[in-house]
Amino acid sequence: NSEACGLRCTESMSDFSEELIKSVTEDDRRETCELSGTGMQLPWLQKHIETVDTGGKKEKDFAQTTSACLSFIQEALLKHQWQQAAEYMHSYLQILEDSDSYKRQAAPEIIWKLGSEILYYHPKSNVEMFNTFADRMKNIGVMNYLKISLQHALYLLHHGMLEDANRNLSQAETWRYGEKSSSQEVLINLIQAYKGLLQYYAWSKKKRELSQLDKDDYAYNTASQSMRDHSWKTSVNLGALIQIPGVWDPFVKSYVEMLEFYGDQDGAREVLTNYAYDEKFPSNPNAHIYLYNFLKREKAPREKLISVLKILYQIVPSHKLMLEFHRLLRKSGSSQESMSIINCVKLFVQTLIIMTVAEKEEHLKLGLEVLFGVLDFAGCTKNITAWKYLAKCLRQTLMGSHLAWVQEEWNSRKNWWPGFHFSYFWAKSDWKEDKTLACEKALVAGILLGKGCRYFRYISKQDHQVSRKKIKRMKKLVKKYSIVNPGL
Amino acid sequence: MDLEEAKEFKERCAQCAAVSWGLTDEGKYYCTSCHNVTERSKEVIDTGAIPNTKIQAINRGLKRKRKLEKGWDWYVCEGFQHILYQQAEALKTLGVGPELKNEVLHNFWKRYLQKSKQAYCKNPVYTSKRKATVLEDNPSHSDWDSEPELLSDLSCPSFVESGAESQPDVHTQKPFPIIKASQSETASICSGSLDGVEYSLRKEKGIVKMTVPRTLAFCYLSLLWQRETITLSDLLRFVEEDHIPYINAFQYFPEEMKLYGRDKGIFAIESWPNYEDIYKKMIEVATFLDLPRFPDITEDCYLHPNILCMKYLMEVNLPDEMHNLTCQVVKMAGIGEVDFLTFDPIAKMAKTVKYDVQAVAVIVVVLKLLFLLDDNLEWSLSNIAEKYNEKNKEDKPWFDFRKWYQVMKKSVDEKKQKWEEARAKYLWKSEKPLYHSSIDRSVVYKRREMVVNLQKQFSTLVDSTPTVAKKTASSFQFNWTEEDTDRTCFHGHSLQGILKKKGQSLTTKNSLYWLSTQKFCKSYCKHVTTYEESNFSLSYQFILNLFSFLLRIKTSFLHEEVSLIEKRLFKAKYSKTKKKSSRSRKVRKY
Repeated sequence: NSEACGLRCTESMSDFSEELIKSVTEDDRRETCELSGTGMQLPWLQKHIETVDTGGKKEKDFAQTTSACLSFIQEALLKHQWQQAAEYMHSYLQILEDSDSYKRQAAPEIIWKLGSEILYYHPKSNVEMFNTFADRMKNIGVMNYLKISLQHALYLLHHGMLEDANRNLSQAETWRYGEKSSSQEVLINLIQAYKGLLQYYAWSKKKRELSQLDKDDYAYNTASQSMRDHSWKTSVNLGALIQIPGVWDPFVKSYVEMLEFYGDQDGAREVLTNYAYDEKFPSNPNAHIYLYNFLKREKAPREKLISVLKILYQIVPSHKLMLEFHRLLRKSGSSQESMSIINCVKLFVQTLIIMTVAEKEEHLKLGLEVLFGVLDFAGCTKNITAWKYLAKCLRQTLMGSHLAWVQEEWNSRKNWWPGFHFSYFWAKSDWKEDKTLACEKALVAGILLGKGCRYFRYISKQDHQVSRKKIKRMKKLVKKYSIVNPGL
Repeated sequence: MDLEEAKEFKERCAQCAAVSWGLTDEGKYYCTSCHNVTERSKEVIDTGAIPNTKIQAINRGLKRKRKLEKGWDWYVCEGFQHILYQQAEALKTLGVGPELKNEVLHNFWKRYLQKSKQAYCKNPVYTSKRKATVLEDNPSHSDWDSEPELLSDLSCPSFVESGAESQPDVHTQKPFPIIKASQSETASICSGSLDGVEYSLRKEKGIVKMTVPRTLAFCYLSLLWQRETITLSDLLRFVEEDHIPYINAFQYFPEEMKLYGRDKGIFAIESWPNYEDIYKKMIEVATFLDLPRFPDITEDCYLHPNILCMKYLMEVNLPDEMHNLTCQVVKMAGIGEVDFLTFDPIAKMAKTVKYDVQAVAVIVVVLKLLFLLDDNLEWSLSNIAEKYNEKNKEDKPWFDFRKWYQVMKKSVDEKKQKWEEARAKYLWKSEKPLYHSSIDRSVVYKRREMVVNLQKQFSTLVDSTPTVAKKTASSFQFNWTEEDTDRTCFHGHSLQGILKKKGQSLTTKNSLYWLSTQKFCKSYCKHVTTYEESNFSLSYQFILNLFSFLLRIKTSFLHEEVSLIEKRLFKAKYSKTKKKSSRSRKVRKY
């Protein structure tokens, strides 16, 4: 029975697929008809979409012309034809009176977006005009009040009108409508945060003034007092927002700066740790950078710094902090003092010792990985420090007889690094531009690819007084450490 | 302001849907979140019932309220009468003779009122409301001449005041001998007119209800009766170009004729008229009015295909010589006969010729006869013409299809672009907004004000010089001159390269022809197989698109008309297609 069923199924399947093929070929024919025509058009598809859109019912001309009007505005904006856009906008405003309440309610937001764009760029427009427009639009659709207020404030900020922006934000902050919905809450937090940012701006200005004042000056006290006031208000405004998952870099940065200034290191650490490690927040490299910089300022232990950068390494392996990361790893990998301390400890800690040894090795290995990772990026190819580190690191790794580590890294790169870094072209241009860089690269090339490699050959053939010694040393090192066995 | 007192008002705000009300100094409710002031006042709410006009009136002072809100007592049909009046006036300024308004349209309208039992009959629908199903007034309507008293009745002044242009008290006089005091109280709740609610509910069998699109059917019928030089497509184009009141025609009503509630559904229009729709309505109205045979369309009438073909040949820049061929096609197809052309609503199957569409279809058929339009022959003929024209610069040039195509394509594309832009900029909303109820009123007015303010703001950003001055109405949309190389005029070009001598007469070099439609529906619908654009040659598509743009009709509609003419022209072939169905067949001519 099941077999029969299966048969029937396949039968109907094949029928269906035949139909599919048929319809496809038909469509193809149609399409080719279109394409062989004069213009590029898909009228068949267009018509189809139109009928689907209106559910087969004929759309009213009003709806049709307003949607045409919208696309004319969009086209004009795209072509930076502000005047034309304004002309069409004049007609598009009718949609606010659409009898279709759904469209009518969606209209204010569209009008605000298009209108503010036009008013931002139109040569005849000015701040006053923008203000009237924004104030009108705020009161049309209640739902957009906060969003428009915020964007209005940003516009004012853009025009350097900080006080007006601040007033605007304060107004929006106190505005309430119905029951507070979650989207409103985020917006209000954002508005408050922007207000906080403005206060931070005032605060940091005061700070600069203060730094120029003498401590004994009688003005110093009042100034520092007002600074304190500002900072208090700001922290209230900023604090709420950064609890909510999101990317709030400027807010976090200024908040931390103020906390640190008033000596609240724990508060600052908490904010930054939360910002970097809370899983609800989107992955954000800056969060880790801020935390790292803070910990560095705090002179935190190396292990802690490494653990922060480890995460950054996973997100942005090409970040310039990666060289610093490498240094930290190298230091931790080859440090002797921890060993000597541990030597004094009793036997039961010996397991720990083994662990730390393993950890150290791991750090060294990771250090190598990090360097390879940095040099994978086109933007870092001329970073002399990176090459220097790599040359040194390779030598040490091979000296420590960890050939396997190098091979592991090299295996995935041996197909493309020679062309990417060690081509004849690069040899020539590197030598011309920066002889030290060329020497470091040549050393790496020699170790990884052997004496026969073009880059190495080109550099080693150069006869230059200053670098003659260097090249000699390089040749020697290559001979000693190259992972390529010339015999094979 | 007293928020405590406003607590019992629990409705949602019409603007922001919040329930948070305060009371203004005048005792009206306003929304505390969006500051929208309603028309509702506290006293009315306290009654606990749906606001009754009477209570409201008492609360506000009876007289003042009546004057402000009510305006005149008027009927829906008066509104339509007013629109017709405006349209007739507009037609007059377009150059149509004054008889159209004073005699023809006036009489049609009176006849309509009588047939629909709204006036000029013993038992008008208003006095006897629902029981008026059995009406024993005039037994036979079919004979136009048997009602002389109706035709001479000039009691309806709005149409007849041709001499005096001023019409201040035209509308105060009403043709309805009705007592309406009792109705007005209740009816005014939902409409400005007295019978708006009732009118929108009315569904009587056999009665053609008046609508705004039907006003155009009336206009066209009168134009046809007068055999004026305006075709249906012209009329509709004039409507779209705002030469004839149609969209928001109600805003020209006298100030005292208030519209709201149900009137909105009756008088507000958000689409331009559509050819097929108005065409159908016109036949419907003519049949309903039981109109007699219309005046004959003879060869000297503008609507005769020979004349219309000449007009459209000029319009699309084709050689005058083609007129000879169109006349022959008209003759052979038998579509130039008076009986064929004249509209007779009482004939068994009332239908009228789509004069403009048919004339254009004849031109398409002629183009197919001359050039075959198979994306091949027309181009090779063009090569011949081009070579000839290069060699003989002094002579009358041969018509070059390719060159014509290039000129036309460019002009039409430009025109279409402008047309689309103008449509996108069209302002639909009237200065006098319509609202559903008095509660709605303030919201609607406020919204209107807001739009006006915003529009003002954006108009300051637009060049002060108006880009497009209002176009003057013209039956021609293109203008061809010899001088301009971009818009070369082909009227004087000859068809020599395309015709050849055969004995005494000329025949087309091309002896092939393909039929636009192979099979016609067998069913009673008489539809032609649908037009699937991609099945046809590009030249044919271009020509159909060109003409259908000129007439503002759908391409498929024109294709159908072309097929119908071919059906008449090649009757014999069509009867044979039942057996054979080869795509192209030879057709001998001349």
